[in-house]
Amino acid sequence: MPTRASRHIVQNEPLLFEVSAPGKQGCQLPPLDVPPVELAGARPEITDFPEVSELEVIRHFTRLSTWNYGVDTGIYPLGSCTMKYNPRINELVTRLDGLGDGHPLQPEALSRGALRIMDLLSRYLLEITGMDAITLQPAAGAQGELTGILLVRAALAARGDARRKVLIPDSAHGTNPATAAIAGYQVENLKSNPAGTVDMASLERQMTADVAALMLTNPNTLGIFEADIHRIADLVHERGGMLYMDGANMNALVGRSRPGDFGVDVMHLNLHKTFSTPHGGGGPGAGPVAVKRELEPFLPIPVLTRRNGEPALDYDRPRSIGRVRAFYGNFGMFTRALAYIMANGCDGLKQTTEDAVLNANYVRKKLEGAYALPYATPSMHEVVFSDANQTAQGVRTGDVAKRLIDYGFHPYTVSFPLVVRGAMMIEPTESASQAELDEFVAAMLAIAEEAKTQPELVTGAPHTTKIGRLDEVAAARQPHLRWQPKR
Amino acid sequence: MRYLPTSDAIRRRMLRDLGLNSVDELFRHIPEYCRLTRTLDIPPGKSEPEILDFFRAAASDNAPGFTSFLGAGAYQHYRPVHLDTLIGRGEWFTAYTPYQPEISQGTLQSIFEFQTMICQLTGQEVANAGMYDGSTALLEACMMAARVTGRDGLVVARSVHPQYREVLATLTRSRDFPITETGYLPSGRLDLDALRAAVGGTTAAVAVQSPNFFGSIEDWEEAAAIAHAAGALLVAVIAEPVSLGLLPAPSAADIVAMELQGFGIPVGFGGPYAGILACRESFVRSLPGRLVGEARDAEGRRGFVLTLSTREQHIRREKATSNICTNQALCALMASIFMATYGKQGLRELAQQNLAKAAYAAEACRRAGLDVLFPAPRFHEFVVKPRRAPATLEAACARERLIPGLPLGRFYPELEGALLVCATEIIPRAELDRLAAALAAR
Repeated sequence: MPTRASRHIVQNEPLLFEVSAPGKQGCQLPPLDVPPVELAGARPEITDFPEVSELEVIRHFTRLSTWNYGVDTGIYPLGSCTMKYNPRINELVTRLDGLGDGHPLQPEALSRGALRIMDLLSRYLLEITGMDAITLQPAAGAQGELTGILLVRAALAARGDARRKVLIPDSAHGTNPATAAIAGYQVENLKSNPAGTVDMASLERQMTADVAALMLTNPNTLGIFEADIHRIADLVHERGGMLYMDGANMNALVGRSRPGDFGVDVMHLNLHKTFSTPHGGGGPGAGPVAVKRELEPFLPIPVLTRRNGEPALDYDRPRSIGRVRAFYGNFGMFTRALAYIMANGCDGLKQTTEDAVLNANYVRKKLEGAYALPYATPSMHEVVFSDANQTAQGVRTGDVAKRLIDYGFHPYTVSFPLVVRGAMMIEPTESASQAELDEFVAAMLAIAEEAKTQPELVTGAPHTTKIGRLDEVAAARQPHLRWQPKR
Repeated sequence: MRYLPTSDAIRRRMLRDLGLNSVDELFRHIPEYCRLTRTLDIPPGKSEPEILDFFRAAASDNAPGFTSFLGAGAYQHYRPVHLDTLIGRGEWFTAYTPYQPEISQGTLQSIFEFQTMICQLTGQEVANAGMYDGSTALLEACMMAARVTGRDGLVVARSVHPQYREVLATLTRSRDFPITETGYLPSGRLDLDALRAAVGGTTAAVAVQSPNFFGSIEDWEEAAAIAHAAGALLVAVIAEPVSLGLLPAPSAADIVAMELQGFGIPVGFGGPYAGILACRESFVRSLPGRLVGEARDAEGRRGFVLTLSTREQHIRREKATSNICTNQALCALMASIFMATYGKQGLRELAQQNLAKAAYAAEACRRAGLDVLFPAPRFHEFVVKPRRAPATLEAACARERLIPGLPLGRFYPELEGALLVCATEIIPRAELDRLAAALAAR
């Protein structure tokens, strides 16, 4: 069996509250050097709040961590998530004295270094995207989308041409329609054509005078570059709309192609995908938004500008949409992303893109045949297969994914994009070596064989993990969302 | 390139396997006019020492080693050493969202514990796994209140963090949620009569912060009574979680929108932080953000899963409760470790020390003859009128490596010349005396 997995002792660990015992404490404060003060109406003690020693805290969170799988553990081919290496130098520079402890409201004269970091990162991101202006403020990709759509709204209102709808391809991330709805737009679905790209005839029909924007991911979630992008952009612009690009898949383009050069008006970047800031088990991320000149006056305040040749903050922006997050956004992600760009440089960034695309195409070639490939269109940084070859044996994408765990790998993205029934979305990123790709491919091929000969082995997977498949239906029917003591 | 595990020889071998001569062929389907034919105008890759030099220089150009009395939603507290040791484990910080529960039990169990501790602290029945920060948590709480009540009016106290209110205004403008702001009294507390007058039959939410932006402690029960009398929900805003070690839990509120930065998350120029929403159990299906629930496998073993995801964007798309996709998991984990480390007694003691430091600093200012505004009970922040104009004061203090506080005129024109001062447990008594002297100097 081609596997990376071997057996090893895993520690059990109860919940914090079950480790807790009255009278323990994990820290000691220095003696109070001012007179104590009594607060009238102070709360009674916090019922059942944990009481543990420092060592118990260390063991608890260390044991828990060993139940996780991270990029540091091995290949993490989760499509659409760009699970690349998170360099350690990024972590160090973020914690330096003067940065890690800098206060967002300290005087600008005492924030010069922080502003220089934001300024340099902004300039690099503009060079990479080919756009004209940028805000770093949005806290995540989804907040970047919302910011971008609010910018579109403001720009169209300024033209005196408020519109009601946003067009979104059926292959898009769920955040796109959710964002458009929250920004107050009606969402209209745009069908893909048999090549997996935007269907021009549908766009021609649906791109009416009521459509504010087309939200497009390029390359799209099938890993396909929209080859008609200039016709798409032209059509959207001719009809008075704007082209929003979801930059989730920018790892396929950096140094090779720039959205600003192919007609995009506004886009967000995911610093936690393309620019190596860690995913952290589900955040924090950062979602800077880059725009063309027309949208610049509407950027959230404060806007980074220059005063006497030095980076400075401009709050006097009468046409701004306002603020989307307190302070300046996730500054700690700016330092990390900048360190990543500096470490790679122009040469490394381009090489990174090429390796990411090479790796995806390598996996595609090796798995084609064993797994069904719904679209023959060339792949960029990720490839989407389906479980069509396995369903006759009752094996579905989710089962193959669980079986991959037994082989020692993190699964691909399951059942997304929605346009592919039983999707298996694989994004190896540049961080996977050929040896790892070969091991991953061998495991996938072995599972395809198992699906034919012993399908129950696959549908019952995983067999080697700490716990088996959990009953998610029961968990949702009777939600148990907090620990309660047995009294 | 040191991050890439692929050599030129391997690249050539892989390309040959694909029947290609050059990597350019992999990009051939990109239309020619979309291709960048020049090199990016970014310097070539740099070594670690060079990168370190750049960031060290930038860091020293801020205010390293200064004594700072800034708070206002970003609070300096001591961060136990093991906090960074633990979150520095790759299994925590290089993992993705726990969509595959069998290999994500660490993250999932820690979130379940997090949700539990937040419920214990806030006196609420349910807490989500995290929002971006306090400002966006307030926005989400208000939109949630609108869904629950079927109304759209928002009444917000002016003593709620000004930037939280700015975020609320930005995101509600496109949806036409009318916002009414109500004032504060000379005591520093909420003007309850004004609040009562502003709340009516179309009010979805009443948002009140405590300790409020001036540091004054509000009464949740009174605010809740006013909101509930009009059929509206009370959104309790908490910008400083450490206050909950001592202040009454906002159990009278219907939704709690809280910033967690004070729980061990670095001040770090404003982010990343984490917010949370907590609420009554009956609202859970209107709650945005991730939730972790307990579940069992076929053998009856306990485990944890993401649950009730039919509220979320990846399932419900345009009908989702929010477009949020992350939960600031690593920041939430820092908060969990912080809460576990301080624990029941430690958190109380920590809050008491903060209370005492600010009380001492305010008293020192008063003894120096300064006007300390807002006499209502406060936590660890207070408003004071220094003798010099804020800009002059700031420049003079900078020379003494001191940041005396936040000039309030920018946010409250009527408080021009006043300073918001925060004194946490990390400031020694001698520095509190130095502050009073600096504020009193002419």
